[in-house]
Amino acid sequence: MSIQAETVKQVAVLARLKIADEALPAFVQQMSNILSLVEQLNELDTQNIAPMSHALDMPIPERPDIVCNANRKEAMLSNAPDCVDGYFQVPKIIE
Amino acid sequence: MDPSQLTLVQTQSMLRARQISARELAIAFLDRIDRINPDINAFITVDREGALRAAQQADERLHQGNATPMTGIPIGVKDLFCTENLRTTCGSKMLSRFIPPYESTVTRKLKEAGAVILGKTNMDEFAMGSSNETSWFGPVKNPWDPQRIPGGSSGGSAAALAAGLALATIGTDTGGSIRQPAALTGITGLKPTYGRVSRYGMIAFASSLDQAGPMARSAEDAAVVLQCIAGHDAQDSTSIRADVPDYAKTLYPRMDAIRIGIPTEYRPDNLLPEIQQALEKAEQIFRDLGAVLVPVSLPHTRYAIPTYYIIAPAEASSNLARYDGIRFGYRCQDPVDLKDLYTRTRTEGFGDEVKRRIMLGTYVLSSGYYDAYYRKAQKVRRLIANDFHEAFKSVDLLLTPTTPTTAFPLGDKIDDPVAMYLSDLFTINVNLAGLPGISIPCGTDAQGLPIGMQLIAPILKEENLLSAAHAFQTATTWHQRKPEL
Repeated sequence: MSIQAETVKQVAVLARLKIADEALPAFVQQMSNILSLVEQLNELDTQNIAPMSHALDMPIPERPDIVCNANRKEAMLSNAPDCVDGYFQVPKIIE
Repeated sequence: MDPSQLTLVQTQSMLRARQISARELAIAFLDRIDRINPDINAFITVDREGALRAAQQADERLHQGNATPMTGIPIGVKDLFCTENLRTTCGSKMLSRFIPPYESTVTRKLKEAGAVILGKTNMDEFAMGSSNETSWFGPVKNPWDPQRIPGGSSGGSAAALAAGLALATIGTDTGGSIRQPAALTGITGLKPTYGRVSRYGMIAFASSLDQAGPMARSAEDAAVVLQCIAGHDAQDSTSIRADVPDYAKTLYPRMDAIRIGIPTEYRPDNLLPEIQQALEKAEQIFRDLGAVLVPVSLPHTRYAIPTYYIIAPAEASSNLARYDGIRFGYRCQDPVDLKDLYTRTRTEGFGDEVKRRIMLGTYVLSSGYYDAYYRKAQKVRRLIANDFHEAFKSVDLLLTPTTPTTAFPLGDKIDDPVAMYLSDLFTINVNLAGLPGISIPCGTDAQGLPIGMQLIAPILKEENLLSAAHAFQTATTWHQRKPEL
């Protein structure tokens, strides 16, 4: 299957990425090749097969919902690209 | 002392007998890293200070007599395990200055056992790649031939071992990222059952497939490392609640009455002839050790790569949505508004392969395509897993090549993603089914490059893999070969 350049640009917007115009043709070609590869799955009849969403069939046990981590505000903020007065800083959103 | 000649198990007894101190050992490895790492680029970060501190504590424990089998052992850890206060990059510009505020379970267990972490090893960016060429910190060179790739994504962990820069390393394996580089560098690499080792603090790529495991110079060494890191962890809801056997005690030199299945689908016509021959010789060795070999069929094998390249990118596109430039990681300069901040941060912070997979994942999960791609792939995933479960009704283990070729030249496949993806032809199925698999050296090609073979076992049968690999390594010397450096 081939994918159109317009579709690739639209997907990039959804993924919050920008593909440079000069890189676009190669990107479109590579994505088309990968999609052709994955379309081999259409050869298989999977009508009555249950989807496998987890690597193992095992129950996920519940546990009591107890806070067990301390307030690490300073440690969490220490990796922030920009913060002020104990808050993450972002560009102005509302005029 | 030449640290590159040691094994983990030998070193344990030397430390216990006080023939060497943990400090002397750490210094010997750090000096060797200083000398050799600039040529092969296996480490992104070398933590000399932390290693020497850990070595000193290890010496105190050895002196007090409360050492564990990992105490004083110098190791490398793939740079996607969060290490508190030690930079963790995941091979990406996005995290090139990230200092984790917490410790992954795997590294916590290693540190508590007294292991000496020498540094963080190089890897494909966000573990996406099969050649270690997508790392933002530059490619890793294969110690057997610096013009060639070491495999990926745990290429730094594999190359560090092959070059004698650590006694063991930790890798992760989402589609073959421990086993494929292990094969291409002539070392032993084990991917445990999904859930055997905690994923807490591992930077996520494809959460239903990711699994950490040991890389070592022998199965015996790998058993010691797995013992340390395996087991249930309340911090990871997908970790398995099952007892961990004593792996060192389950290693046997014989394989009497063990049934090994040879899947016909794993011997394609275009398999490198030297790999085919090495596998045939290995089969004979297993027979001589007492095993019974039988042909088996895994009919959905060829659908594994297409299935994986829907499921893994879909999960990755979701996992990597968190890199938005707000709370941690890279942020672009002077954003004009929030959308510009997100888009430029991600465009500048991610490399091409990561972008490609995020785009693919976004596409296959987008409205109207979900059933055609993601749901379809989940159904085929079950067919692939069922093939294995069916085969394991009549055999104990499966034996396959680990890779279709030996190490290829740098640059050979980097511009052709589909060709690169096919490098994982024999390993990806195992992740989809959640099974444990091990790669061990079993020969060389005409140029002397290592060939690896893979053994696969049912869920939670790591001890059977390690025992079979140990029996093979008792009868052969391929795992003792070392490159000249």
